[in-house]
Amino acid sequence: MRKSIRRIGFKVAASVVVIVAAASVTFFAQLAVPGDRATALMNLQTGQDKAWTPEELAPLNERYGFDDPIAVQYLDYVTGLFRGDLGTSYTQKRPVTEVIGGQLLPSLTLTVAALAVAWLLALGITLLTVKRGRVLSGLGSAWEALTASLPHYWVGVVLLVVFAVQLRMFPIIGGTSAWGTVLPVLTLAVPLAGFLGQVTRDEFVHVLDQPFVTTARTRGMSDLSVRLRHVLRHAVLPAVTLSGWALGALVSGAVITENIFGRPGIGQVLVTAVNTRDLPTVSGIVLVVAAVYVVANLLVDLAYAVIDPRLAAAGAR
Amino acid sequence: MSAPTYAPARTLSWVRRLPSVGTVLCLLVVGFVLVAAIAPGWVTDRSPTAIDLTAALQPPSWQHPFGTDDAGRDLLTRVIHGSRQSLGIGLGATALAFLIAILLGFTAALAGGVVDAAITRVLEVAFAFPALLLALLVIAVRGPSLATSVIAVGIGSAPGYARMIRGQVLAVRQAGFIEAATALGHSRFAVIRRHLFPNAMRPLVAVATLGVGQSIVWASGLSFLGLGVPPPSSEWGALLDAGRLHITTSWWLEILPGLVIVLVTLSVTSLGRTLQNRLGGASR
Amino acid sequence: MTTVDTRLADRLDRRTGTGSLLRVEGLRVRFGGTEVVKGISFTARPGQCLAIVGESGSGKSVTARTLVGLTGANSRVSADRLDLAGTDLRRTSERAWRKLRGSRIGFVLQDALVSLDQLRRVGDEVAEPLRLHGWGTRASRPAKAVELLRAVGVPEPEVKALQRPYELSGGLRQRALIASAIALDPPLLIADEPTTALDVTVQAQVLDLLAAAKERGTSIILISHDLSVVARMADEVAVMRDGEIVEHGPAGQVLHDPRHGYTRMLLDAIPSEHTRGTRLTRRPSRATVSEAGTAPAARTRRPVDRDRPVLQARHLTKVFRGPDKVDRTVVDDVSFDLFGGETLGVVGESGSGKTTLARMALAILQATAGDALLHGEPWSALPPSRRRPLRRRIGVVYQDPLSSFDPRWSVGRILTDALGTATRPPRSDSEARERAVRLLEQVGLAARHLNAAPLRLSGGQRQRVAIARALAPEPSVIVCDEPASALDVSIQAQVLDLLTDLQDELGVSYLFISHDLGVIHHMSDRILVMKDGRVVEHGTAESVFERPRHPYTRRLLTAVPRLGSA
Repeated sequence: MRKSIRRIGFKVAASVVVIVAAASVTFFAQLAVPGDRATALMNLQTGQDKAWTPEELAPLNERYGFDDPIAVQYLDYVTGLFRGDLGTSYTQKRPVTEVIGGQLLPSLTLTVAALAVAWLLALGITLLTVKRGRVLSGLGSAWEALTASLPHYWVGVVLLVVFAVQLRMFPIIGGTSAWGTVLPVLTLAVPLAGFLGQVTRDEFVHVLDQPFVTTARTRGMSDLSVRLRHVLRHAVLPAVTLSGWALGALVSGAVITENIFGRPGIGQVLVTAVNTRDLPTVSGIVLVVAAVYVVANLLVDLAYAVIDPRLAAAGAR
Repeated sequence: MSAPTYAPARTLSWVRRLPSVGTVLCLLVVGFVLVAAIAPGWVTDRSPTAIDLTAALQPPSWQHPFGTDDAGRDLLTRVIHGSRQSLGIGLGATALAFLIAILLGFTAALAGGVVDAAITRVLEVAFAFPALLLALLVIAVRGPSLATSVIAVGIGSAPGYARMIRGQVLAVRQAGFIEAATALGHSRFAVIRRHLFPNAMRPLVAVATLGVGQSIVWASGLSFLGLGVPPPSSEWGALLDAGRLHITTSWWLEILPGLVIVLVTLSVTSLGRTLQNRLGGASR
Repeated sequence: MTTVDTRLADRLDRRTGTGSLLRVEGLRVRFGGTEVVKGISFTARPGQCLAIVGESGSGKSVTARTLVGLTGANSRVSADRLDLAGTDLRRTSERAWRKLRGSRIGFVLQDALVSLDQLRRVGDEVAEPLRLHGWGTRASRPAKAVELLRAVGVPEPEVKALQRPYELSGGLRQRALIASAIALDPPLLIADEPTTALDVTVQAQVLDLLAAAKERGTSIILISHDLSVVARMADEVAVMRDGEIVEHGPAGQVLHDPRHGYTRMLLDAIPSEHTRGTRLTRRPSRATVSEAGTAPAARTRRPVDRDRPVLQARHLTKVFRGPDKVDRTVVDDVSFDLFGGETLGVVGESGSGKTTLARMALAILQATAGDALLHGEPWSALPPSRRRPLRRRIGVVYQDPLSSFDPRWSVGRILTDALGTATRPPRSDSEARERAVRLLEQVGLAARHLNAAPLRLSGGQRQRVAIARALAPEPSVIVCDEPASALDVSIQAQVLDLLTDLQDELGVSYLFISHDLGVIHHMSDRILVMKDGRVVEHGTAESVFERPRHPYTRRLLTAVPRLGSA
């Protein structure tokens, strides 16, 4: 027990290091913008494109600290991170945390809901079709192969055109209402379900051939019990590992989905910020998402150890 | 983490297994797009920029199989002429990603020790960013353009490949034939050149094919958000972006170019899978 | 056919004075177009053990699975008779089968690590048949599982029941698997290679466990590839080849007075103290002169050169540091001399450090302390660049030849590559080809194998290619690490014969590593017995086998399955 607590502590510490390193990446990305930052910012804010005098730029340099040595700016940025300060938006002239703040929850709701729905779809389809005769399993794996390679934007557009524009079952711009969330969630969940289903199916087929499954059968266990009691737990392991990664794909997909359905969230803010090259905001969002992602992967790691005690044993040994 | 095991390739003979009907269909799709990319003039004699305002936003018909856009341009012609850029971004981004990944992956696996630990840490940090966000960061820094799309998608997907290559090299290094070659008295360099490198690279051919499909999807996704190749380009993602204004009235502007992307990626991906099965799998 | 078998069964019924529990007549199993079991008949009796013996592909495992109605998808089973204590198994529905499995028929698979669900506790696995057949309650079953584990000799059963299979040793896992199979005390127990992956000492304990079940009146069907394992407890032996039973009778008769040529060949092929200095196969492995039917030919040894050690180990020690920062001494202060033309056998159970010792002798693994000398000169202590030119003097043959070949290379390329490291490398492509063909012929293959991919060769052929590759640079020493352990006994015999033939012809020395005491006894002039990284006993083959001094050696020798025990 003490060993597993130490293992968790170690993982948490490693995650903090990764987030600080990620902050360094976003910080240097801001420096990497071609040309002088104050000039770029002045042009952005005035909509002009010219060279400004040092006197004109002085207030900006003062305000954003562009004149400080890089090391000081870097320390400011990283320590700011722990105070909950992600810098100031170039375009909105407010703290980035304020700009992102309200947008985080709808995006998180969307991705988590999509992950849950994807797992339900994947498990349902896999359990119903894997190794159940040639036709059924063929249909199942064909469906998975097809959906797994569908881009989010296309799924979203098709769902929008069919169910919102043509059938008028759902609102075209749904906002954050539950009814309006259905299509965005499906947009994200369908391709992911295909992917998780593929992985789970491969493993399921593999595990069904394992000797311990034969052992269970020789004890008089029925096929359904064998699948549910023995095979399923083994078969979901690879997909669980990939769920952490999948969350990243979901965040990427959410950016696109929120744009299609005009749904509030970090996706809208992010695209606007990239378009206006508002780097503090872009960096802030990227960093927050990275942090969420790291935490999610930490959770997946812990979940994995619960399902597969071998891992905890190997770590402790 | 346990060391991945290296499984030798299953099949050595290409002739033994003739391609299936599905594979032939995929080859046809990819072949057609390749021709369209290299010489669009061979596929269609229409101009992708011929504006005809009298024929704006027409639904698909025999005259215009994919319909027309808001300037009356024939959508199918635009899709055909857009394949060069779309395919180019896909190939370019994958090439860039693999260049970075091979460099990092091989260096880490062969150097070991501190170098390996350092590269592994860097990759871990890169993994904290979902690929699209890393790409968006690059675009925010450089501003949207064709070159940016290539670099953004390339950098976004490099960490995944690098980790896979490192794992693959480590797995091959454990293989019995590496020790057997050393025991025969071959030098370390010869063993790397003659056994390690070719065997580690072998499954990557398939992975690269899969990567091209993925890159096309990512790049068109960027364009879809208006952050990729700017208009009036007829890159597939840019077509989707342009069509979004009319989504409530003219569905074909979105659905049909999207269908082309799906068809092409599906073909490339399934060819990659076939290749993977033939060459022997790489660890994920 | 059927009538003969029935008559045999009746005769045996009368002889043993017991009735039959399971009666099988004319059993056929087809997979698609191929028949893998071709009309076999046998009878299992209470308190008796029927052994079905055969090499891989003989259909013995399919037969075992068929007896529990788990032949597999796409299979077609037919039989003239398939009775279990009055129940006609041919007309049994899947639902009825499930009632039989676990309660009337117990089944034990090989390698319990993969035969038990790794994610579940051992106690739950053992109790599973109890739950499935409605024995006791949720509260009473765990105690019964502990009791079962205790009954099969698992120490601290309360603790082990809460652990998972991978936390137990191989022997304990196999015991747990048997405990689960006999949980409901089924009258018939089928064991499919129950001891194959186990060390000899553990193997003996597991067989004793099955013998105890037999004493209690359980009927046992033991499936094995190993005639000597079977000799320990079988009352009746059926020898299978290509889906047919070629010989069937009381164990004593089949093992000591075999009627069928195939049984004789199998028995001859088992290396042991009796086969020392002779060939294991009657026909020479290389087709020179046909001597089929004659007695096994004696070897003509070249004299061993006692003055000139070709390979020496001086206090070799290897310490590995685990991921938990704890040092483990895998090889502890091992020294030996290997003389010209001699075979030095290294024997030990898994984890005894014998493979690590071999890798240090090959100077592929850096020793923590001590060194190895080749031809009396520094070898392991040399820097790699100066060691490389000397590597042609020492070759190696591994247990798994396939993984030791680059999967992209053909046999021809593998051999030409090895020839390139010889003292006198081939000067032209045609010379290289010619010498490669000569090597192939030397190991009993032919020029037509040059273009083959190793993947397409059989296990025995692959090992021949590996031996040819080792011979290519004309080494004076070859390190053989379990070179025949993964092969069927008849193929093993051919490979061992090839190695002794080559020694008689070329005078090459072998450092021969094996876990199999019979193989070691057959091959070696002198023997090192290893346990936990140390040499516990060394001496000539005779002295070690006839007058073992160390208790561990004595324990090993009593555990070895012998044909004579039948």
